[in-house]
Amino acid sequence: MQRVGVFICWCGTNISSTVNIEQVVAALENIPGVVYIKDYQYMCSEIGQNLVKDAIKEQNINRVVVASCSPRMHEATFRKAAAAAGLNPYLVEIANIREHCSWVHKDKEAATQKAISLTRAAVAKAILNEQLIPGEVGVEKRALVIGGGIAGIQTALDIAEAGYQVDLVEKTPSIGGKMAQLDKTFPTLDCSACILTPKMVDLALNSKINLYSYSEVTEVNGFVGNFEVTINQKARSIEMEKCTGCGICLAKCPAKKALSEFEEGLAKRAAIYTPFPQAVPNVPVIDRETCIKFVTGKCGLCAKLCPTGAIDYEQKDQIVNQKYGVIIVATGYDLINLDRFGEYQYLDHPDIITGLEFERLVNAAGPTGGKLVRPSDQKQPKKVVFIQCVGSRDKSERGKAYCSKICCMYTAKHAMLLRDKYPDCEAYVFYIDVRTAGKGFEEFQRRAVENYGVNYIKGMVGKIFPGDNQLQVNGVDALSGELLQLEADLVVLAAATQAKPEADEVARMLSISIDRDRFFTEAHPKLRPVETHCAGIYLAGACQGPKDIPETVAQASAAATKAIGVLSKNKLVNNPCVAKVEQAVCSGCLACIKICPYEAITEQVIEEKTRGKVRLRRVAEVNETLCQGCGGCTVACRPGAIDLKGFSNQQILAEVDAICR
Amino acid sequence: MLREKITPDTTKKEIGQISEISDEKILDCLQCGKCTAGCPAIHGMDIMPHQVIRLLQLGQVDKLLASTTIWGCAACFTCLSRCPRKVDLSKIMEALRLIVLRTKGNQRLEIDKVPELLAKQIPQQAIVSGFRKYVK
Ligand SMILES: Cc1cc2nc3c(=O)[nH]c(=O)nc-3n(C[C@H](O)[C@H](O)[C@H](O)COP(=O)(O)OP(=O)(O)OC[C@H]3O[C@@H](n4cnc5c(N)ncnc54)[C@H](O)[C@@H]3O)c2cc1C
Ligand code: SF4
Ligand code: SF4
Ligand code: SF4
Ligand code: SF4
Repeated sequence: MQRVGVFICWCGTNISSTVNIEQVVAALENIPGVVYIKDYQYMCSEIGQNLVKDAIKEQNINRVVVASCSPRMHEATFRKAAAAAGLNPYLVEIANIREHCSWVHKDKEAATQKAISLTRAAVAKAILNEQLIPGEVGVEKRALVIGGGIAGIQTALDIAEAGYQVDLVEKTPSIGGKMAQLDKTFPTLDCSACILTPKMVDLALNSKINLYSYSEVTEVNGFVGNFEVTINQKARSIEMEKCTGCGICLAKCPAKKALSEFEEGLAKRAAIYTPFPQAVPNVPVIDRETCIKFVTGKCGLCAKLCPTGAIDYEQKDQIVNQKYGVIIVATGYDLINLDRFGEYQYLDHPDIITGLEFERLVNAAGPTGGKLVRPSDQKQPKKVVFIQCVGSRDKSERGKAYCSKICCMYTAKHAMLLRDKYPDCEAYVFYIDVRTAGKGFEEFQRRAVENYGVNYIKGMVGKIFPGDNQLQVNGVDALSGELLQLEADLVVLAAATQAKPEADEVARMLSISIDRDRFFTEAHPKLRPVETHCAGIYLAGACQGPKDIPETVAQASAAATKAIGVLSKNKLVNNPCVAKVEQAVCSGCLACIKICPYEAITEQVIEEKTRGKVRLRRVAEVNETLCQGCGGCTVACRPGAIDLKGFSNQQILAEVDAICR
Repeated sequence: MLREKITPDTTKKEIGQISEISDEKILDCLQCGKCTAGCPAIHGMDIMPHQVIRLLQLGQVDKLLASTTIWGCAACFTCLSRCPRKVDLSKIMEALRLIVLRTKGNQRLEIDKVPELLAKQIPQQAIVSGFRKYVK
């Protein structure tokens, strides 16, 4: 006999202000099977959990229904409580009367009726719940990190430090990401390379870390503990083991027309190149689009010059298949394209640059050796205008509605670096608001105003008119209402950050979600900031949303810790809510095999005795360690031979009946 | 110093009318000033375009109804094309003009003066708009 206990949570006033709890209690009293009802302000608290545990022990209830928030939030909590009181955790059922009810309705009467229906449905399902025992699977003790910016580097180092094997896949020829391009870093103004390159070297020398540079992940299958991943190592045209990084080829290559990606197009690079001198690995790659040998078949100079014979024009992409226990996504961000911001003339004038280009122009290792000059005539500017929020906080089709978070700070940094190096150069910053929340950040920005004499103007620029020698910047000081006209030598645009264009593809491959701005979505914005909804896949850095380096590194280490938590286990419990075939009913059509995305269903031949004769018959069988419980097969099965444990057709129909009653 | 009342009751009606006529959301504006910075008709205005929105946010419609700004706006859409919040100021300006024009008993033109004005080549539409207003 099923004895159901129902526990109704007020969630403070989150539920109780929209749902009349007394009415819900009253409505449940007459439902057959319900023997105990309790409501409480915070069911998830210790007191609340004890109410559940005590009722299991004292009231002999053997099915638990908790009407509360989403099961995503606290199903695990209540399952654990039930288990602690000796009840199989899969006999617990959650009715979501918060996200699905109180939060989305205003009409109290209607919301109360809906809460009653939802709870009734959960009772109907709970009565049919069966004890389930999860199986166990092993854990592949190896982590995959996708993206080798500061986020990926930090995560990889942390996981390796804990003693686990890490593979890091970086798409470009070198790790380092955007941080490698920066000059000094806020809020302390230490040199970016001085704090980043030692980490890159550590990574290269770490025997636990295996770096796949110039590579991409092309396929991901499996599940937490056992991801099966395919990596494509693009052909570098150089044999990594033979190359000593001497650089002769780079210097002698005659094809020097390509724009350097690392220098943000401010310098040219050879067809055979390493992105920057401190690159890790310090092995060049041949850009086959611009290499004369690949385009016309002639040249081949680098192969002749290479002292170790490392150049291999015939090299092919290589496919690597590897198993991983966990995956950390750290693919970073980009700046938006400015071609739709015609008023700023970015595409039309070389002296109108982005913040990232400014970083290269003041960088001692940059194209000008750290001398800030105008790209147009190599002259030192006397007046520089910075414009913040270019495309950020912008609801139109041109921009991004969010705040890019880093540009207020890096603009203050740029203006200070400028005033520090060239005290006779004036700096003007147009801003909408200055947003500098962060440790030491406000003080940093105020230093720009108070100590460095940077002119901050609350207002925007309407248009830039390139003149003969200077750029006429028409703006407004919105506070005083003064119209301003500045004759600038250089204009620096704080272009909005955005998710990587290929984020959708990465999300699809990993079955994780992205938000409307195509940043990857964390499992919970407050409580699970580095996890995704897919168990075993974690997020680090600016791929999850705009972030500065301190935040990126904090998140990277957090993601590493989560990953280590999984890697340190020898076994993981399986989700027992997997598909099961009733072989007597199975007609052997094997439609389920076609529909299963996890290749968890195989064909099996069984012996059957009919009228005294033994006959062989083909049926489907589910591999419980591979099945993810998606339920696809149950809808494909015409005779209805497949059911999902914990979500059988009978249970779902009982829920529907209970709602329609 | 006299303090201004924020959103006084008397002007609330007009704020509602402006939202209704223009279908623009005045609370979207961040006060960045980009509209003002690029406005080609700014020199005929006594209140700047971004201040128009600010005054509306503060409920001070009267100042705007008395301003030269609303007649100076050329409805060129420059501001709309650059506004990070997609605020169409020209529609708001038009709404403000309509509020003035639709006021009861507010005859903008004297019939007798029309021939003289026409001679000055004032566009026909301007003259028509001086008369035919539905007044609620
Ligand atoms: C102009 C400017 C100045 C800045 N100054 C500062 C500062 O002074 N202080 C500060 O704290 N922050 C600063 N920042 C912010 C800083 O750049 C970021 O916080 C930091 O780079 C984020 O690191 P990340 O690893 O998350 O991303 P990224 O640096 O973008 O690295 C991502 C990496 O992943 C790789 N990748 C992408 N997609 C794939 C894929 N599909 N497969 C494999 N690899 C992939 C990329 O090639 C890249 O190497 C500045 C930013 C800008 C634009
Ligand atoms: S073969 Fe290609 S990469 Fe080598 S030197 Fe010639 S152009 Fe440069
Ligand atoms: S950080 Fe500052 S400049 Fe960047 S989008 Fe936000 S408010 Fe604008
Ligand atoms: S440009 Fe738009 S957001 Fe900026 S002040 Fe003008 S109306 Fe407001
Ligand atoms: S539409 Fe009016 S306010 Fe806007 S830029 Fe043109 S003249 Fe100025």
